[in-house]
Amino acid sequence: MAISPQGAAGLHSIPALLERNANLYGDRPAYREKDYGIWQSWTWSEAAGEIEALALGLLTLGVAPGDHIAIIGRNRPYLYWSFVAAQMVGAVPVPLYSDAVAEEMQYVLSHCGARFVIAADQEQCDKVIEVQEHLSHFEQMIYVDPRGLRKYDHTHLHEFSQVQAQGRTAQFELIDELTRRREALGYDDVCVMLYTSGTTGKPKGVVLSNRNIIETAKASSEFDDLRTTDSVLAYLPMAWVGDFIFSIGQAYWTGFCVNCPEATGTMYENLHEIGPTYFFAPPRYFEERITALLIRMEDAGTFKRWLFKTFMEIARRTGPKLLDGEAVSLGDRLLYALGEPLVYGPVRNRSGMSRVRVAYTAGEAIGPEIFDFWRSLGINLKQLYGQTEASVFITQQPDGEVRADTVGVPSPGVEIKIADSGEVYYRSPGTFVEYYNNPESTADTKDADGWVATGDAGFIEEDSGHLRIIDRAKDVGKMADGSLFAPKYVENKLKFYPNILEAVVFGADQPRCTAFINIDLTAVGNWAERNNIAYASYQELAGHPLVLEMIQSHVEETNASVAQDEMLSGCQIHRFLVLHKELDADDGELTRTRKVRRKLIGEKFVDLVTALFDGSQSVYTETEVTYEDGRKGKITATLSIRDAAVVPVGQRMAAE
Amino acid sequence: MKDTEGYVTADGRQIGGVLMEMKDITLRFGGVVAISEISFDIREGEIRAIIGPNGAGKSSMLNVISGFYTPSEGEVWYKGARRPPMKPYEVARLGVARTFQNIALFEGMTVLDNVMTGRLTHMNAGIAAQAVWWGKARDEEMANRQKVEEVIDFLEIQSIRKTPVGRLPYGLKKRVELARALAAEPSILLLDEPMAGMNVEEKEDMSRFILDVNDEFGTTIALIEHDMGVVMDLSDRVVVMDYGKKIGDGTPDEVRNNQQVIDAYLGVAH
Repeated sequence: MAISPQGAAGLHSIPALLERNANLYGDRPAYREKDYGIWQSWTWSEAAGEIEALALGLLTLGVAPGDHIAIIGRNRPYLYWSFVAAQMVGAVPVPLYSDAVAEEMQYVLSHCGARFVIAADQEQCDKVIEVQEHLSHFEQMIYVDPRGLRKYDHTHLHEFSQVQAQGRTAQFELIDELTRRREALGYDDVCVMLYTSGTTGKPKGVVLSNRNIIETAKASSEFDDLRTTDSVLAYLPMAWVGDFIFSIGQAYWTGFCVNCPEATGTMYENLHEIGPTYFFAPPRYFEERITALLIRMEDAGTFKRWLFKTFMEIARRTGPKLLDGEAVSLGDRLLYALGEPLVYGPVRNRSGMSRVRVAYTAGEAIGPEIFDFWRSLGINLKQLYGQTEASVFITQQPDGEVRADTVGVPSPGVEIKIADSGEVYYRSPGTFVEYYNNPESTADTKDADGWVATGDAGFIEEDSGHLRIIDRAKDVGKMADGSLFAPKYVENKLKFYPNILEAVVFGADQPRCTAFINIDLTAVGNWAERNNIAYASYQELAGHPLVLEMIQSHVEETNASVAQDEMLSGCQIHRFLVLHKELDADDGELTRTRKVRRKLIGEKFVDLVTALFDGSQSVYTETEVTYEDGRKGKITATLSIRDAAVVPVGQRMAAE
Repeated sequence: MKDTEGYVTADGRQIGGVLMEMKDITLRFGGVVAISEISFDIREGEIRAIIGPNGAGKSSMLNVISGFYTPSEGEVWYKGARRPPMKPYEVARLGVARTFQNIALFEGMTVLDNVMTGRLTHMNAGIAAQAVWWGKARDEEMANRQKVEEVIDFLEIQSIRKTPVGRLPYGLKKRVELARALAAEPSILLLDEPMAGMNVEEKEDMSRFILDVNDEFGTTIALIEHDMGVVMDLSDRVVVMDYGKKIGDGTPDEVRNNQQVIDAYLGVAH
């Protein structure tokens, strides 16, 4: 492969980009974090100093090139520095999901053979200590926040600031070694290793090279014209590839500022204070914000409610068109301009979106109403489609070509083809090197020519050239009568109702489709409050007859909408039940990125699935649950099963 | 006369000399004897619990410690000197802070403002300077705000910093009350049923914070609590009261095996 100009110019690693940024943008902010109620900031040159001190400290601890260093914790500048310091000494940073339980960490830590761990606090240290005897390679741990850790045995434990101090002291002896290692970093050396959340089976370690990350960061930054003056809020899990690309890849390529929230619970407030210009959030986030906003509007006075409703109606009509530069009548333009100071501006401001130039969502399908809501406020919300193996970007929507039902055109440098089976394949400079220690899986996913199977079924729209995703390729199946079964397609339609948090549709090789529904406690709880429905627990609310009736109406509306699609009209839900517990990643029912683990749910709740298909009206069940501290408990419930009206396919045909 | 000899706890913490000592305390309300001839000490750095069935006189005892009640007989010794009868605010200035059984926060004020009130004993700028927020008043507020922010960070209540206390759930209000007491940087912290009415998760959080406070700042803690599991896990030494009398005193294990204590809790045929 030809070496790109960046590679030739010496910018072939993240530490090299850091050096450039410290020279070019030395006085511009690189990191901010709210601490003790005040935003603290570090310029690029200060950050470079901190990172170098840490890298020298790592040398004093004996980190060798090629070692794996696990990084665990919520988004904090110290941990971002840890990535770059690890790279600087030739080691491979491996971020872990901080909400993972000890056993999950054990798997990843022993799979990558991490010799060193950098953990945020006592909670994370405790988890590693709990499983350390099962880790053959583990040697030393560094922690950032000393609280509660003072009295721990410090033979293998070091405080972050101490390691830095040690590094500064040893600067004279070790700086040559550090420089040598930093300069030895090649464009095709490993940049980072990220574990996929794994909707099926054990997580796999995706190895991404400097070339993957830097080429992707460059192309995507240019695509959206990202600038040094931009800023992002880093709040998504550090172990997720998106955060790595946004908060390290793109941030180092363009030199923009990464802001870290004060605590997990302060994200909304910090978002409002920072007002990022570039923003990413999963569809769920955009949905939750609307739900919260609408709930607050319910409590507002009559005039304010009228104002909000009227102007949001105008925005729905006008906003997206204005954003796409389409023709809008003068009257509508004037009304929209009037709504700006009255409604749109304040709503954007409260949501922390006042300064957003580019916002992305991805990971799941987004409801068209939700998508249009934000766009109608004048926020340039777009969709992208990607995965860890592609260093995120496969397709994305260019400005002016944004729609709710597609995921956009191939990102710069990405080639796409659709196999006969309908599965989407891609090839790009961001395509991963390999799965760590797993040549079989690598060979299964990536062929000799570099084409990677996404595992998603989709097609390219002929007139627009946009990609549309239907479902997970392996989930798409056949029903007993041979018609197409695409569960996710139906689930997404169900999930667009604010009252439904999660849905799982069953029906492969069955004559009819059925579904599990999870209610959204915020939305349904608020509805219950307004309707004077008393409930003591999630379980009680989920089993309330009026709630079941409401969900039934949603299911029936969904059926009517599914029936419109000739290919998928067989997927209408005939029977459903509302689950007595929220599907949870701690119980293994969802991945850490909150995707449904269909197969596992089907096995775990096999009694419920059987009841859905055998025609019984109610079913008694016992379910094991995991509490936050890892203890297990059991809940029991009797769930009623409801029949939903379906649109007979023949009748629809006749009506046409 | 200060006893400087300490002891080492089961988990290896060094406990210092006597910080506060109750000597033959009796408290009467008219003809009712709430506390009768009770003596015990609280040592520096320890977590000392006072337990007992309902009506045993635990809260009265705590009120004697905090200076709210003046004992009818007996003496309170604090930091090696006998403490004369005092007003509660004077006791507070001496480094005794407390939380209340039935939460006593300013409901209409934000969490931040509530916690700031805990710093009152550390502020002495005049009212005029405070009104124009100039000079000493401003420096003082900034220094105190920093202290308050450290407490907010420590108790992980950043997300509710600007929320009016009235809007908070019960468990969080309890935590805010602890924050206010901590903000005073007390030598001794009195907790009146810190876990009352909490669910298991909230109790676990609160226990963690109590242990962390003791661990991080070395604060001496005296607490009253009904939840036996919590008391036995948290405290280094326990005083057991029943009908105003002390019936047991020692480590959780000693107290657990004390026949009088078992009788008081399980009841005996009279």
